[in-house]
Amino acid sequence: MTEQLLSLVSLTAGTAAIIREFNLSLDNQRRLMELGVLAGTRVELVRFAPLGDPIEIRVRGYNLTLRRQEAERVMVSLA
Amino acid sequence: MADTSPPTHPPLVILTGNPNCGKTTLFNALTGLRAKVGNYTGVTVEKKEGRLLGVPKNEPITVLDLPGTYSLSPQSLDERIARDVLFHRLPEIAAPDLVVLVMDASSLERSLYYCGQVMELGYPLVVALNMMDVATDMGQQVDPEALAKRLGVPVVPMVASHSDGVTQLRSAILRQLKPPPRPVAEVGIWQELSPDVQREVHSLAGFLAAPNRAVSATAEALLILTDEKALADNVTLYPDTIRQRVANVRQCWETAGVDWRLLTIEARYRRASAIRDEVVRETAAVEQTWSDRLDRVVTHKFWGFIIFVAIMALMFESIFRFARLPMDLLTAGVDWLGLAVGRLLPPGDLHSLITDGVIAGAGAVVVFLPQICLLFLFIGLLEDTGYMARAAFIMDRFMSKVGLHGKSFIPMLSSFACAIPGIMATRTIESARDRLVTILIVPLLSCSARLPVYTLLIAACIPNVPVLGLFELPGLTMVAMYFLGILAALIMAWIFKSTLLKGEPPMLIMELPPYKRPSANTVFRHVWDRAMMFLRRAGTVILGINILLWFFATYPRGADLGPRYEALRQPLRQARQTVEAKSTRAGEIEAQLAALDRRENSEKLQNSFAGRAGRLIEPLIAPLGMDWKIGIGLISSFAAREVFVSTMSIVYQVDNNSDSQEHTASLAESLRAQRRPDGTPMYTPLMAVALMVFYVFALQCVSTVAVVRRETNSWKWPLFQWAYMGALAWGGAYVVWRAGHWLGY
Repeated sequence: MTEQLLSLVSLTAGTAAIIREFNLSLDNQRRLMELGVLAGTRVELVRFAPLGDPIEIRVRGYNLTLRRQEAERVMVSLA
Repeated sequence: MADTSPPTHPPLVILTGNPNCGKTTLFNALTGLRAKVGNYTGVTVEKKEGRLLGVPKNEPITVLDLPGTYSLSPQSLDERIARDVLFHRLPEIAAPDLVVLVMDASSLERSLYYCGQVMELGYPLVVALNMMDVATDMGQQVDPEALAKRLGVPVVPMVASHSDGVTQLRSAILRQLKPPPRPVAEVGIWQELSPDVQREVHSLAGFLAAPNRAVSATAEALLILTDEKALADNVTLYPDTIRQRVANVRQCWETAGVDWRLLTIEARYRRASAIRDEVVRETAAVEQTWSDRLDRVVTHKFWGFIIFVAIMALMFESIFRFARLPMDLLTAGVDWLGLAVGRLLPPGDLHSLITDGVIAGAGAVVVFLPQICLLFLFIGLLEDTGYMARAAFIMDRFMSKVGLHGKSFIPMLSSFACAIPGIMATRTIESARDRLVTILIVPLLSCSARLPVYTLLIAACIPNVPVLGLFELPGLTMVAMYFLGILAALIMAWIFKSTLLKGEPPMLIMELPPYKRPSANTVFRHVWDRAMMFLRRAGTVILGINILLWFFATYPRGADLGPRYEALRQPLRQARQTVEAKSTRAGEIEAQLAALDRRENSEKLQNSFAGRAGRLIEPLIAPLGMDWKIGIGLISSFAAREVFVSTMSIVYQVDNNSDSQEHTASLAESLRAQRRPDGTPMYTPLMAVALMVFYVFALQCVSTVAVVRRETNSWKWPLFQWAYMGALAWGGAYVVWRAGHWLGY
């Protein structure tokens, strides 16, 4: 069965997922990876900001925020 | 390099770690109150340096606090400085003798990532495992001994905010500094790298190796091979042969399908995960910490905004309300000092210089200290509790509408205190373009130096009438000025982002640290440093300007002026002696004498250097309804805005010399007493608003110009900024003055 890839923003708050691939610029990908968001990492979408953007995720025990624009290019599969 | 000779400087201990790991609190605990806050040469990255407490005076140890960083592949100026210090690339900083790596026990994997990078550099190392309490709250028990064994370096568990573990850390530092220090030069992820990568790194390291080098050659080879910026940032450090070699190796890897940029990141996290699993025991399945629960409210769609607005309102309300009493006391103190010192000195130029120039001038600035302290107290609290990041999270969408970054919010908020820390705070913004836009607009936000100007003009000119039964016009005017600045800043940001500095909207990747109880020590330190910075400015630059201004307002003295007025007074005085003391005629003569005094003083001022400068710009500001006396205030304000207040006090005291013996009229009263040549009041509400609008927009601050020059490394941007803000100021004041007249004010 092939797993269906979703973008990180398409998750609903409270859902956990596994990071699969990045379609980001190398700089942005590097920073996300250095902060612990790597392919195979489990993340949880914690919430959307009051105005819908940015989003807050939980990764490796801490909370990180990033914009929809970047999150759209981070592909995940449901955990 | 002079590394072969014995070191002449005290041993250097470097403090490094991720942002929000409690590094600042730890630094304060290690060095006490005597740390020096300065800058690295050429950039406005804050350099905090202090002496380690609890060591003998004759064997000092220097502690240097590096800016917080997530990795040695920098994304911001702050991180670049941290990397360059650790790689011993800054000539002003010696090679570290010991590195204290501050780790966040509650976020161990991410801390271990950076830890791995720093350990490889080969310096003697001590790990300060901070935030043990937060980890416990999260249901995680970190075993410091297991970690120490695994890493091969001493690990000191700590709760720096409660000063737990500080003594142990201090002794660990001293132990590790004792010769011979044991370096830990081993690449921790070596086993994770493929044989081919290992070979290339080894061979490049062979080229880098040199006697007495501070940093492990293997670590440096690995970094410059896998980080495109490590080489590009410091081209001059590496000879062509090295650069050629790096390029060749990368090409080979690319052909072989190896992603050299991301190669080490995965390996490091594999190692970090493994170590974490070994040393952390989950003691309880904590679904939600109190910080998570708090966040549900603080970042709530509805309550989040209410809380945000409430905090901002509370902040400004208390700045105006609670500062009043200490400000009144300071004013009274300064007045008393002026009178007391005045009595000791014989009348004359020296008397005038000391009381009107030095005491009144510096005093007019120092009285704003309470407001500045309160403002920095709030900013310090917001930062230390972790709310600042939430504010950026809430505001980001709004800020991105004008092309800015949630992180631009923090410099903007700081700029309500002073544009200089605000501009300094922009260094956390990764994109150079966004950083520049933020720098260009933050001085539009009303800083605390404008507050004296607003306060004075509002007190003098805005009638205290209730509005809608709830508000009062003076307070509302003040709020309006702040909003005008905010609006202008947002509009200008949008204009710059869509014209001059067009570019991709920036990336926002920001940690939301857990909330914590603010540490009194850290917050106090923050307020103290900023207050001292302000006082130093008041004590040096502003005091100097005041003395200069006093001189310009007093000299040159027309030699014939005194005798000429004396000749006019003589007949009046004689006439007064002939009439009865309290008759109407005597009153008339007194009034004529007083008018004569005023005219003499006015003429004196007109002849002085300041008067001439004011007259010179009068044609420029006449369309704004301003006269040359205000011109003097404006000119002196270009040094620093708050000087307006002290200048006006000098200008009008010079103007009202005869009255000053009776009682020192408050400056606001003397503003109200000023008349235009046609007899109408000078300072009408409309005039005050036009002047305040001018002050909202104009970049009247030499220090800001200097900081912007240093930050942007060119005169182009500060000059551009000065010109665009000047144009806004003139235009704004003109529109207010014209529209006000047209509306019949």
